[in-house]
Amino acid sequence: MDRMPAWADAVLVPLISILLAALLSALVILAIGESPVEALLLMVDGALMRSTGWGYTLYYATNFIFTGLCVAIAFHASLFNIGGEGQAMIGGLGVALVCLFIPFPHWSIALLVATGAAALFGAGWALIPAWLQARRGSHIVITTIMFNFIAAAVLNYVLVNLLRPAGAMDPATAPFPAATHLPSFHDMFATADNPLFRGSPANVSFFLAVLACLGVWLLIWRTRLGYEIRAMGFSESAARYAGISPVRITVITMLISGGLAGMMALNTTMGEAERLVMNATEGAGFIGIAVALMGRSHPLGVLLAALLFGFLYQGGAELALWTNIPRELITVIQALVILFTGALGNMVRVPLERMFVALRRRAS
Amino acid sequence: MEFVTLLQVLDSTVRLAMPLLLACLAGLFSERAGIFDIGLEGKMLAAAFLSAAVAAVTGSVWLGLLAGIGASLLLSAIHGLASITFRGNQLISGVAINFLASGLTVLLAQDWFAEGGRTPSLMGAGRFESLTLPFAETLSTVPVLGPIYYELISGHSILVYVGFLMVPLTWWVLFRTRFGLRLRAVGEAPEAVDTAGVSVVGMRFAAVAICGVLCGLAGAYLATGLQAGFVREMTAGRGYIALAALIFAKWRPWHALWACLLFGLLQAVALRYQNLEIAGIPLPVQLMDALPYILTVVILAGFVGKAIPPRAGGQPYVKER
Repeated sequence: MDRMPAWADAVLVPLISILLAALLSALVILAIGESPVEALLLMVDGALMRSTGWGYTLYYATNFIFTGLCVAIAFHASLFNIGGEGQAMIGGLGVALVCLFIPFPHWSIALLVATGAAALFGAGWALIPAWLQARRGSHIVITTIMFNFIAAAVLNYVLVNLLRPAGAMDPATAPFPAATHLPSFHDMFATADNPLFRGSPANVSFFLAVLACLGVWLLIWRTRLGYEIRAMGFSESAARYAGISPVRITVITMLISGGLAGMMALNTTMGEAERLVMNATEGAGFIGIAVALMGRSHPLGVLLAALLFGFLYQGGAELALWTNIPRELITVIQALVILFTGALGNMVRVPLERMFVALRRRAS
Repeated sequence: MEFVTLLQVLDSTVRLAMPLLLACLAGLFSERAGIFDIGLEGKMLAAAFLSAAVAAVTGSVWLGLLAGIGASLLLSAIHGLASITFRGNQLISGVAINFLASGLTVLLAQDWFAEGGRTPSLMGAGRFESLTLPFAETLSTVPVLGPIYYELISGHSILVYVGFLMVPLTWWVLFRTRFGLRLRAVGEAPEAVDTAGVSVVGMRFAAVAICGVLCGLAGAYLATGLQAGFVREMTAGRGYIALAALIFAKWRPWHALWACLLFGLLQAVALRYQNLEIAGIPLPVQLMDALPYILTVVILAGFVGKAIPPRAGGQPYVKER
């Protein structure tokens, strides 16, 4: 045995990677003349010490759960879907269309239909790259990047030329009808003498995101399709010998992945803005990459990583408000997380493996 | 269209194509050696920022250029460390580099200059001035050829001419030197290069370093030639368009030139004509923006001549034992 125990691979490696990322982030904060400890305290205070802060943290986390699952499920089939951003944009278009043009009697029906529309539009946007990868061998990373830009152009055209109300200046749709507004955490949990989550955008779609985690877990580890996806991810040739069609699995995985990314739009478009704006995704599609890497493509890991990034996002906004540290600090942290948990994984894993092997030898 | 208008559009085509071309050639070196690089965008952005920052502080654009190349090389080193030394995923490393540049440039710009994430405007020796080629003024009265020489060929910054020279130079290095042969071999069959006693790791690091230098030139041109200073996210997806051009050109230097000029033309037309009509059908400006990406997908789909990347691209090399 020259492998390390499973718990070390699952817990120790990501933990050390994250510590390295945190250490470097602290150095960055020091370099621009601020105190990392004070910054952390400020972030904790702004994001976790009040219910409003939690409302924002959970709102951001909802986005990241969806996009994180989107990247994670593709990783299981060893596909790298960078197109979450574009798929979420187009998913938002689906949400906007049903909310604007179908007269819903109640928000719960609106949510059901809009979920379907968001997933359908997101999956549709992933279909062409998926088909091109499966049938024509075009690299899915490149095609999904290209489709992000094409999605931005499509959305820009639709918002400016088709859906913008007459006389409005900014490229956005009209506000959705009141019957489609999703209940926020404030509506659900606040009482007369305890106004919880006041003014924060977290809403019922957070529970949908948690359900999606459960659904992905069931799919990946408890169904035949999930088995086929993982089999293809381990070895395409072995999967083919086992009678699994790589074309079919590639397309289905990407459809699920795109659908999950599309469902992110429920939170931003239907839950928060209550209309479709140009930059509704705010890069959450890319943060999904960091979340999936950090969560090691496991739904529980994705959930935890999404909460961490939700905290970073809300904390970062607080920092920008009270100190000279701009919000871009979060982008740097995100980059470091991707670098250490993704690209430099071997830098941590190899020495750890050696250490475990040496320890075992000494014990025997 | 009037002749003068045509010349102006072509002139701005050249200007807009140049950062694409330099970044595209950068990617060409890296990917021909088997290292995928989707971090072109980030390297350009870092180079744009540091070149503008150093040029603003020292007042010398040449020092700025050096600093820009340095910034880009640093990110290249990270990419090399992750994807060559530690055999990590090259695509993930590229994504990380893009975010690192996007965040750090604004962070540092805000810290150093406190102008909302931009550098001060560059003036005088802090910018690459446009060069007037010999006799451009005197010859400008000659019909047809005179204006072409004066408007289109003369009057660009030195980096534009360097960029154009890079195309034959890249071709020569890759296809006429021993270094180039080995570099291409490392991207196709690294085990063969290793058997021949040449270091795969060394060759790949050399390619990644060349890529860094060229991305540095591209970024410095963006901030100190094309524009006067750095603004946040000023690369605006150019790194990805360069990547698209690289695929469009099927990893060949001369074709890269034509692809970048084509994409530059699209940008120039979109910039000049917000509402273009061809044969009575209005073309939305968004279509012009998306066209490079759509064309790339079509090429990738293999319906119009298949684009086949270098065979060992994206795979870390593990020595046989």
